[in-house]
Amino acid sequence: MTVFAAASIAVLVALFLAVVRALKGPTVFDRVLAGNSIGTGAIMLLALFGFLTERPEFLDIGILYALLNIIGTLAVLKFFRHGDLSHPGGEEPSEN
Amino acid sequence: MVLLTLMAAITVGVVRLRNLFAVVVLGGIYSFLMASVMIVLDAVDVAMTEASVGAGVSTVLMLGTLYLTKTEETRPAHTPLLPLVVAGITGIALVYGSFALPPFGVADAPIHMHVAPYYLENSLRDTLVPNVVTSVLASYRGYDTLGETAVIFTAGIAVLMLLKGRRDVKPGPKRKRVRR
Repeated sequence: MTVFAAASIAVLVALFLAVVRALKGPTVFDRVLAGNSIGTGAIMLLALFGFLTERPEFLDIGILYALLNIIGTLAVLKFFRHGDLSHPGGEEPSEN
Repeated sequence: MVLLTLMAAITVGVVRLRNLFAVVVLGGIYSFLMASVMIVLDAVDVAMTEASVGAGVSTVLMLGTLYLTKTEETRPAHTPLLPLVVAGITGIALVYGSFALPPFGVADAPIHMHVAPYYLENSLRDTLVPNVVTSVLASYRGYDTLGETAVIFTAGIAVLMLLKGRRDVKPGPKRKRVRR
């Protein structure tokens, strides 16, 4: 129990550092990376909180969060690469 | 508490930044933090909705909107003093109203006294659905849920039509499906 509490506090500290980076970040890529790691930290916090309150079923919701996190990051990266979400993507010479 | 402080910091960042792309990213971060707060408050289903809609779909839709508009916000034309005062007064009123709420997690709060015991006792016999929340949403409030679904479906169609407005400029296969 104490282990889970300590780990939760550690994850909170990590979240704080990531938020600082997202707010200060000089480039947009810093913010994207900070957003992704905050999503991961939220998943960790969710799992730890589930074990802390002795309901490990929260792990399923953590998996869902991971999927959503990937969707958001993919959309952002696709927007960067093509400037358009409806771009077919795939094979294309990287002229930009 | 820590999470709420982080959310406040994110909000200030959203207000101050002028680059709308960074604002979209910060909005996703805000949604994830909000979902974590919901989980700590033991509202797992609300947290799931917040994460999927706020962090997932909203980011995608906002990026699609950014493609149609510019990515820099213009300076506001008037001073933000009056909106600040109105928002402050509203916030004070809300905090004042929250003092009258029952404490968190009390079993005999008024909301647990009304129809909740009836649902808990009779939902399995009435609807043959083992999950009480599902039976309330899909059976007891079936028409309500049907109306909500119709509204959301219409809104989704409208958003998709707006976002594919430039299809004639750049033809391509189907755009990525956005599911709620």
